Amino acid sequence: MTPSPTPPDFQETARLIRCHSIAAIFAATSGHPGGALSAADLLAYLYETEIGPEDARDTDITRNRFVLSKGHACPALYAALALKGQIAPADTVQLRKFASPLQGHPHVGAIRAVETSTGSLGQGFSAALGMALGIRHQGGSGRVYVMLGDGEMQEGEVWEAALCAAHYKLDTLTAILDYNKMQSDDLNANILGLEPLADKWRAFGWHVVEIDGHDFSAIAAAVTKAKTTREKPTLILAHTLKGKGVSFMEGYPTWHGSVTMSLDDSEKSLLDLGVAKADLPGWLDGTIHAAAAGATT
Amino acid sequence: MNTAPQLIGSSGDSLREAFGKALTELADDFPNAVVLDADVAGGTGAHHFRTHHPDRFYQFGIAEQNMMAAAGGMAATGLIPVVTTFAIFTLRALEQARLSVAYANRNVKIVASHPGLDVGPDGASAQCLEDLAAFRAIPNMTVISPADQTETEQATRAILKHIGPVYMRTGRSPTPRLFGPDHKFEIGKGQVIQGGTDVTLVACGVQVARALEAAQMLHADGLSARVVNMATIKPLDHDLLQRCAVETGCMVTAEDHNILGGLGGAVAESLVAHTPCPVEFIGVNDRFGQSGEPDELMHHYGLSPSHIAAAAKRAIARK
Repeated sequence: MTPSPTPPDFQETARLIRCHSIAAIFAATSGHPGGALSAADLLAYLYETEIGPEDARDTDITRNRFVLSKGHACPALYAALALKGQIAPADTVQLRKFASPLQGHPHVGAIRAVETSTGSLGQGFSAALGMALGIRHQGGSGRVYVMLGDGEMQEGEVWEAALCAAHYKLDTLTAILDYNKMQSDDLNANILGLEPLADKWRAFGWHVVEIDGHDFSAIAAAVTKAKTTREKPTLILAHTLKGKGVSFMEGYPTWHGSVTMSLDDSEKSLLDLGVAKADLPGWLDGTIHAAAAGATT
Repeated sequence: MNTAPQLIGSSGDSLREAFGKALTELADDFPNAVVLDADVAGGTGAHHFRTHHPDRFYQFGIAEQNMMAAAGGMAATGLIPVVTTFAIFTLRALEQARLSVAYANRNVKIVASHPGLDVGPDGASAQCLEDLAAFRAIPNMTVISPADQTETEQATRAILKHIGPVYMRTGRSPTPRLFGPDHKFEIGKGQVIQGGTDVTLVACGVQVARALEAAQMLHADGLSARVVNMATIKPLDHDLLQRCAVETGCMVTAEDHNILGGLGGAVAESLVAHTPCPVEFIGVNDRFGQSGEPDELMHHYGLSPSHIAAAAKRAIARK
């Protein structure tokens, strides 16, 4: 990580990720807002610190990689990539549209900054593990970060990969759980209980760091711990709030699913996220966006 | 006085052994190739590679889904992962092969042993009769089923050289060697391995040898059967099929697979679109197998040389 002249404003990056996510899902008339909003702070931190602007199709083993295994949260990923200049910010409202590279779930063949295709839960985790193994096999220094959802923990493949990463003492692999406690239909606890989750991961041989996933200093400390832990992969178990930042979504699983956001819902959301009333139409039609607002470079 | 038990089902004459040995010999030519296993290396032939290149051998345990998707990730770092398991277990990881290998368009080689009734005594649970159909339906995927040891050795080199996802079937049981060193396997090309004018027998994998036997039976009955070794099921050699359809006027397909969706399906799709002619399908007729020796099973399920010969006569009669 190259020291930057001014420290990144994580709060602002996360706010813009949320604004872009809402605008994109409104424009698409479908998408998953809840999990995009809960993951925004974690993504903001990673893209401001650990993940560079490299071409994801480059097999370079010295660069870090990020895989969004919970691919349905891709509006937040696309927003983060737009803020890093890897997608034209105006294009974020092309989410889920015909012939757009912003597919409904991330696709490596469509966007150069997407590391692999995800959208089928569990697979991104295994692919990230494979990247970490491949980098280590060739003596590279790159680290791999992978974000999982809590509903994803119900996939057997996740536990296959958890066993495997611990077996190979893959300390260059960091999994981040966006633990918002809700999945498509209901609370995890009502669908298929996961707890005690931290204990399960520890029992699987992982180094577990449990944090508030909306606290940037905690996120930073957890990432540092992951980078300095040897012989074990790290799980950052980040407690988050589904729909974080939008008052009427926070804690309601109805906003997980692929939903249509009405104009009213979308405007209320953007107002909650600090968008000026006069700027609402511009955000929603894509003519106002983060880069144009001068919020980032 | 302990002696190591002999590996169950191991055979010096099987396609899996040919694959494992060829892979080992090719290791220096393809330094980026690594081999992935799900605790069946002794059965797939991958144990040869493990012995000689333990540092390039990754044990994933009995967890095929993770292995398959991880292979996609390994390929993203420039490696050539060779995923080895039994054919039936590739179906368990089929969606991983679809998304993390084929959709992501990774340079991963999936090499599966133990396809078809050729599995024998392990019975229906292990006799994969659906893999060709399943993998053929995945975009970006090349699908190969070599016929003998020579072709397996050549195909192993060819798939490592080829850039892109590949599914290749080997075989469990001893198989006669059909080709000498002058044989030339090429991805996407079928070959006429015996000339004939009355009917074309199009076969892949272990059924190529049986198709050749069937051609001899037909010859004894005064019929001239052409035999095509169609080792690449996808992309299919449409030109060769069209030529054979025109020149012999009818066909029989022969595969150790369900008759739905595999070689027979691929050939029929091609012919219907280009040069329709009578086609008879030899394969397992949409059923599950059972325990038994391969030849017993082939006889019971209608895949033996005499069944192929009888199908040829039916096809000729329909011309």
